[in-house]
Amino acid sequence: MEFFRIKKDIPFMRHALVFNVISLITFLLAVFFLATRGLHLSVEFTGGTLVEVTYAEAPQLEPIREALAASGYPDAQVQNFGSARDLLVRLPNRDDLDTNGVSEKVMGTLKGVTGPVPELRRVEFVGPQVGKELASDGAMALLLVIVGIVVYLALRFEWRFAVSAIIANLHDVIIILGFFAFFQWEFSLPVLAAVLAVLGYSVNESVVVFDRVRETFKKKRNLTTPQVLDHAITSTISRTIITHGSTQVMVLSMLLFGGETLHYFAMALTIGICFGIYSSVLVASPLVMWLGASREQFVKPKKEKEEAVV
Amino acid sequence: MNRYPLWKNLLIGLVLLWGLIYTLPNFYGEVPAVQVSSAKATFKLDPAAATDRIAGVLKEAGIDNAGIFSDATSVRARFANTDLQLRAKDAIERALNPNAQDPSYVVALNLLSASPAWLTAIHALPMYLGLDLRGGVHFLLQVDMPGALTKRLDATTGDLRTLMRDKNVRHAGITREGNTVVVRFRDADQREAARRAIQSSTSDLQLADRDDTADDLKLVATLTAQAQKTMRDFAIKQNISTLHNRINELGVAEPVIQQQGADRIVVQLPGVQDVAKAKDILGRTATLEVRMVDDTPGLLEQALTGNVPFGTELFKERGGAPLLLKKQVVLTGDRLTDAQPGFDGQTNEPAVHLTLDAAGARIFRDVTRESIGKRMAILLIEKGKGEVVTAPVIRSEIGGGRVQISGRMTTTEANDVALLLRAGSLAAPMEIIEERTVGPSLGAENIAKGFHSTLWGFVAIAIFMTAYYMLFGLVSSIALAANLLLLVALLSLLQATLTLPGIAAMALTLGMAIDANVLINERIREELRNGATPQAAIAAGYDRAFDTILDSNITTLIAGIALLVFGSGPVRGFAVVHCLGILTSMFSAILVSRMMINFLYGRRRKVESLAIGQIWKPGSN
Repeated sequence: MEFFRIKKDIPFMRHALVFNVISLITFLLAVFFLATRGLHLSVEFTGGTLVEVTYAEAPQLEPIREALAASGYPDAQVQNFGSARDLLVRLPNRDDLDTNGVSEKVMGTLKGVTGPVPELRRVEFVGPQVGKELASDGAMALLLVIVGIVVYLALRFEWRFAVSAIIANLHDVIIILGFFAFFQWEFSLPVLAAVLAVLGYSVNESVVVFDRVRETFKKKRNLTTPQVLDHAITSTISRTIITHGSTQVMVLSMLLFGGETLHYFAMALTIGICFGIYSSVLVASPLVMWLGASREQFVKPKKEKEEAVV
Repeated sequence: MNRYPLWKNLLIGLVLLWGLIYTLPNFYGEVPAVQVSSAKATFKLDPAAATDRIAGVLKEAGIDNAGIFSDATSVRARFANTDLQLRAKDAIERALNPNAQDPSYVVALNLLSASPAWLTAIHALPMYLGLDLRGGVHFLLQVDMPGALTKRLDATTGDLRTLMRDKNVRHAGITREGNTVVVRFRDADQREAARRAIQSSTSDLQLADRDDTADDLKLVATLTAQAQKTMRDFAIKQNISTLHNRINELGVAEPVIQQQGADRIVVQLPGVQDVAKAKDILGRTATLEVRMVDDTPGLLEQALTGNVPFGTELFKERGGAPLLLKKQVVLTGDRLTDAQPGFDGQTNEPAVHLTLDAAGARIFRDVTRESIGKRMAILLIEKGKGEVVTAPVIRSEIGGGRVQISGRMTTTEANDVALLLRAGSLAAPMEIIEERTVGPSLGAENIAKGFHSTLWGFVAIAIFMTAYYMLFGLVSSIALAANLLLLVALLSLLQATLTLPGIAAMALTLGMAIDANVLINERIREELRNGATPQAAIAAGYDRAFDTILDSNITTLIAGIALLVFGSGPVRGFAVVHCLGILTSMFSAILVSRMMINFLYGRRRKVESLAIGQIWKPGSN
């Protein structure tokens, strides 16, 4: 079996401008949604209390909301979680609230509501100072990844490649965030982990293509830069699709079997993988071209040897 | 050329065997067990003797056990089912702790690995499951360091007062102002004397002069940076050991109490479902203070109208009567070495017996000698609110450091007070800033979900790889399985805590690791397409792909390390597995798969073709 039977190099670079315009538009859309709608941050970042309970049969939400409002939590969000029998109660942190007994009080209120008896599944309480720290730590982690990758690629290849790769893949990150903002999916710590993992992973993709570019530059003397890029992308495209397909199969399995906890984690990965293929191949390579990569940067002049001969 | 030397094959074989052995304990599951450990810091458990004793108790009660194990600090007995486990716990509890009020042992229910003894002997233990997988409570506590500093400065104020009196230095008042202690003097000579006295008695204080007016000279004392650091370290250590003691009283099998950062403590109580009780015990920031009662006639009435006289504070006695106490603290809970519930020898009322350390005993003797006929209050401060437990009149000098608190207490209250005091007071108050509770049913579900995601994802990838790359795909799938094996073995060896994000990382790492094999297989196909011989194609495929694999794994590793450095809680679990997974995948994808390919093709003299799926050549079509 072989999926890809490509006779000639596909002239990707002829459409370089189109690809870049497409990414610019998606990127701007993502930024627009991030700016207007913002991320729906989870309790971990905002601070607050989250209580998850399960019932033997589906409870009525309205009486539960009323009971919570009556016991001093008018700002409680009550919603179903996964199934009609599972319930999630979210409470923001308030200055006038004694944070220590919130979860117990909420459980007490829920038990007091007539109807099916709730069973506690999990409680998460995050104080305000922790939330802020997590947000700044997340930003620091992102920064470290960016700097680390740029430095590594600059050492291993050339600065043009490093810059293109990181721009292409950061644009993925923004697009993932844009999706989360548009659909108002919950952005939690595991999602952040997924985003960073995807960043590292799709840089791989650029690395594989760049490796080929370097090799082709060294091997074939009569090709122009766009032709070299076309050749590199064409000869790795089969591997790109298969690898990403395999990873996506795993992520799909998480999406199907992982339940609510892993749902958005798998979602972030799915978006990241799909856009990763596109951006690391079709965005990074044109960028390399615009930045002016050429054979001379890789084929080292053989001066030293001549001196040795003399 | 496609042959590994014998040592390389042996080495890879050994690594895989090691992986298998260390992965094995994870498959045996867990059985109910009873764990016995010491309940007191002063009481050391002798594992050998305790093992014999527990075996005897169980034999007497007619309960069959499935093995008794011991380590340096605890003894654990396994049982066939939870019914036997509960009966055994009762029997052991009765035999080992005849006095339920004052237990010497913690007898707790636990789960033990059912793996055979020889595995345990070589330290092959199952992975430690995180709270999201086994259920339990997680707290992050923030130690109130400014509070600790204030407390320390209050004590310093008292110390300086004593020092000035001992050295006969006349001063015009010592007060704490913010983070400084200010001593007032009328003339410069006395201030010089005071400075010499303070400097010779302690090096923790930094002294500075401040003159507001000519006859109001001040000496301002602040804690040195070194002293503040020592104080912080001490406060957090003291709080951790206090938490240890309190949690021991809860009877949790494997509590985790660790320092996190400069001023935070993580507490994890696996299996605990009664969060309210756990929180109550942890959150109690009870501190004990002994102060003198200001019984000057008229002052109490004045204070009740809202005009509290300078240097005093208004408190309520247990029972409701108001009481005016001097601000100066005679003694704090730090001086306490033991507290036991009991009964008053004469009145037979419930009482708490306190034992003070040497310094505390001396202070107590001095104060009681000087204040015969006056009232002394014992103040219990919980969550910032003080309550006077008792305020007896001092009849005589009390020496020897033995003090009894009695009056208006029930037996339960006496027990509670004793427990709180015995467990040690906290050096600084703490606040819960993060809490996670996971019910046991959710934990079991999370394991199943994580397991199924990984399993079905793996199966799908293996089927696809084998269909697409034939024999090479099968080899790649086996290498992927080896990767999983090594990863689990490594995690088990490190006794890393496995969480749901950790399982997700495992699945994701497998999905990414297959990349290396795809790269290799694609390269081999390409070499064949370009007309290389099968043997040369294998060698070139592996060699050429290696650089790319290394590059791409390093970028992934950079992301993993960033998560490890900056991540906390669930993200860290993810990052640990992710990073280790990248390392094991390099080994398995390159070395293990190559070894298998070498076995299959490397020995044959003439290879006609490789079973790597159809090779399509441009122009053949």
